[in-house]
Amino acid sequence: MKFSIERGALLKAVAQAQSVVERRNTIPILANVLIEAEGDTVQFRATDLDIEVVDRAPAKVERAGATTVSAVTLNEIVRKLPDGALVTLTENGQTGRLSIEAGRSNFSLATLPKEDFPVMASSEYAANFAAPAPVLRRLFDKSKFAISTEETRYYLNGVYMHVSDSDGRKVLRCVATDGHRLARIDADLPAGAEGMAGVIVPRKTVGELRKLLDDDDTQIAVSVSETKIRFATPAITLTSKVIDGTFPDYTRVIPAGNTRRLEVDAAEFARAVDRVATVSSERSRAVKLSIDEDRLVLSVNAPDSGAAEEELAVAYNDERLEIGFNAKYLLEIASQVERENAVFMFNTSGDPALVREGGDTSAVYVVMPMRV
Amino acid sequence: MPSLCRNCLTSFEAGTRCPACRSPRVTSHPELFDLTIAHMDCDAFYASVEKRDHPELADKPVIIGGGKRGVVSTACYIARIKGVRSAMPMFQALKLCPEAVVLPPRMSAYVEASRAVRALMDTLTPVIEPLSLDEAFMDLSGTARLHGHPPAVMLARLTKRMQDELGLTGSVGLSHNKFLAKVASDLDKPRGFSVIGRAETVEFLRHKPVRLIWGIGPAAQEQLEAAGIRSFNDLHRWERDDLAKRFGHMGERLWHLARGEDHRRVSPNEPVRSISNETTFFEDTSDPDVLDGHIWRLAEKVSSRAKARDKAGRVVTLKLKRANHKTLTRRVSLHQPTQMADRIYRTARRLFDDVGPQGPYRLIGVGLSDIVPATDADREGDLLDPDAEKRARAERAADKIRARFGDEAIVKGRSLR
Repeated sequence: MKFSIERGALLKAVAQAQSVVERRNTIPILANVLIEAEGDTVQFRATDLDIEVVDRAPAKVERAGATTVSAVTLNEIVRKLPDGALVTLTENGQTGRLSIEAGRSNFSLATLPKEDFPVMASSEYAANFAAPAPVLRRLFDKSKFAISTEETRYYLNGVYMHVSDSDGRKVLRCVATDGHRLARIDADLPAGAEGMAGVIVPRKTVGELRKLLDDDDTQIAVSVSETKIRFATPAITLTSKVIDGTFPDYTRVIPAGNTRRLEVDAAEFARAVDRVATVSSERSRAVKLSIDEDRLVLSVNAPDSGAAEEELAVAYNDERLEIGFNAKYLLEIASQVERENAVFMFNTSGDPALVREGGDTSAVYVVMPMRV
Repeated sequence: MPSLCRNCLTSFEAGTRCPACRSPRVTSHPELFDLTIAHMDCDAFYASVEKRDHPELADKPVIIGGGKRGVVSTACYIARIKGVRSAMPMFQALKLCPEAVVLPPRMSAYVEASRAVRALMDTLTPVIEPLSLDEAFMDLSGTARLHGHPPAVMLARLTKRMQDELGLTGSVGLSHNKFLAKVASDLDKPRGFSVIGRAETVEFLRHKPVRLIWGIGPAAQEQLEAAGIRSFNDLHRWERDDLAKRFGHMGERLWHLARGEDHRRVSPNEPVRSISNETTFFEDTSDPDVLDGHIWRLAEKVSSRAKARDKAGRVVTLKLKRANHKTLTRRVSLHQPTQMADRIYRTARRLFDDVGPQGPYRLIGVGLSDIVPATDADREGDLLDPDAEKRARAERAADKIRARFGDEAIVKGRSLR
């Protein structure tokens, strides 16, 4: 195998591949990236056995072939090469090494046989559809903060993507929750997604997927089966197993009878929460919201470290209410609200609160209160 | 050489018998009156309390422990002569000493006796760090002028008062740090008084096995042995960096201990690190219903201890000992700290289910660690478990009933299994 490639194209492909590779590996081949050169394309393939990413880049291939080298080392080398350099990778069949040449730099890396590299079994996808990158970006960006990290509730360690109904209309819906907050984000159902099985996309996959979604003009080809999900652009294919579990019935968690309505400027609210939470030394910083006629007082009282209070002008005309929340949850939810005011719907101080952006019901958040 | 008679508390310069009362209970040591860190360990504490309260048992072998399948919790010195040791299975103890009188533990009596001993210790120094009901560290630095006597005299007086006033005996270790004081108190039990001075420290430790170190259990011993470390002498040969590299934090500590150095202070308010309870079964069991009942009872005990101290914990641990004495431990970190029996039980039960069928078991334990003040606990509900709040309210109500009408006033059916 021998090919030449521009440093920038190589770095982009290798960087994406190596981020999938687990840092601590007991199986040596999983630390490697499989490089396959053929025609005028080079493919870089990496896996952690749950996720597989394949990156394609144009190259001048002199001799077709394939080999595997350490993904991290290759990435580091390419990263440190000067911008615009032409890099030539040559596999030496005799020494079993891969040489990397760029200008006056010369590297030689140990390889492992390509036959040992585990390629994810291909499967039948029951649903195939295309979605614009911004749509998927919104679905996952707005829901991922609520993914649980609790290992015992493994079925919450991802985003539940499925087809649902909203006001009599079919939608593509992403839901994530850790039992303390929940995010429910809807998008128009793309053609071809109707028969899609509901799948739980693991946290790591959501992170990797994000790198495919930066370009607004890209169409992402999505394929879903009961056990796998695949996202593909012309240059990158990301295939992932989905979490084998049942996502809980989240619909009964979303309060329907909350009538006390509070409207605030989300950015101003977030800044105020952040400021008052500073004095709290606990791990779960509790902020108390005291709401009265068009007036919200945020306060934190930490007996050991201090107290803080801030008043905000808001829209509220219901009975006086005092309710506490984890400051981190409030901040995370408030930062999802971008265009309009944040609307909170409360019931009592012991019941979960519902949050949305203005009158928009396509992005809904639920947060559990905290005893203060 | 400075000497002290533990019978009449006379200090004198030399001799194997007290010049005043002719007692042979004399302690002599060049640094006797200069050392200030002590460890006091009651002798066969539970058994001694029983013998004191039941004088007819005075010359009989007494074993405290529970049931056919239980283990020996304490054996009196007469039973120990026959080879009975604490933590020995009861059937084995009774084989060695069939005439032994076996008594179930009376914790409340021991707690009371422990308080009385503690009250005597309080007259010596405010810096007392209890390790359990029957042992404690004391730092008597700077008390000589207050008492008009050096620490050694006050400690000898303490054990004498324990014997005269409480009918209990104890052994004292006196040295210049906690590690050596604890080692010393064990050298000459019962009714002992041992001293390890600065000058002899390294020589004293040289040929001692490293298992002498408090906290070096069988697992750590195995690790050390794999590195060729059995005695302090072996330990001494290691470079500080190498020990730290191989054993991490423990390595650093070992390096100091090898030189008889221990910089831990005697701290009267040693924070609670964990709260746990365990139980050994009468018969090995793998019956999930029986085990579930035990998990609940243990969770309740742990919870009530946590509530009593106003503490909560973030980590729940389940411990299972299989019939072949292999121990399984599973732990999980909670999203928020708890002190509620219900949450501890549910978490431990989930850990139990995750272990799968590996029984039969002979012991089960439930613990709470990563301890924080109770004010940080159980403040958030669970969206996915809306009944949790209801159960928590029921538990708090039951707690109030128990506080008023006694522990047995209200119990869950689950605990009767």
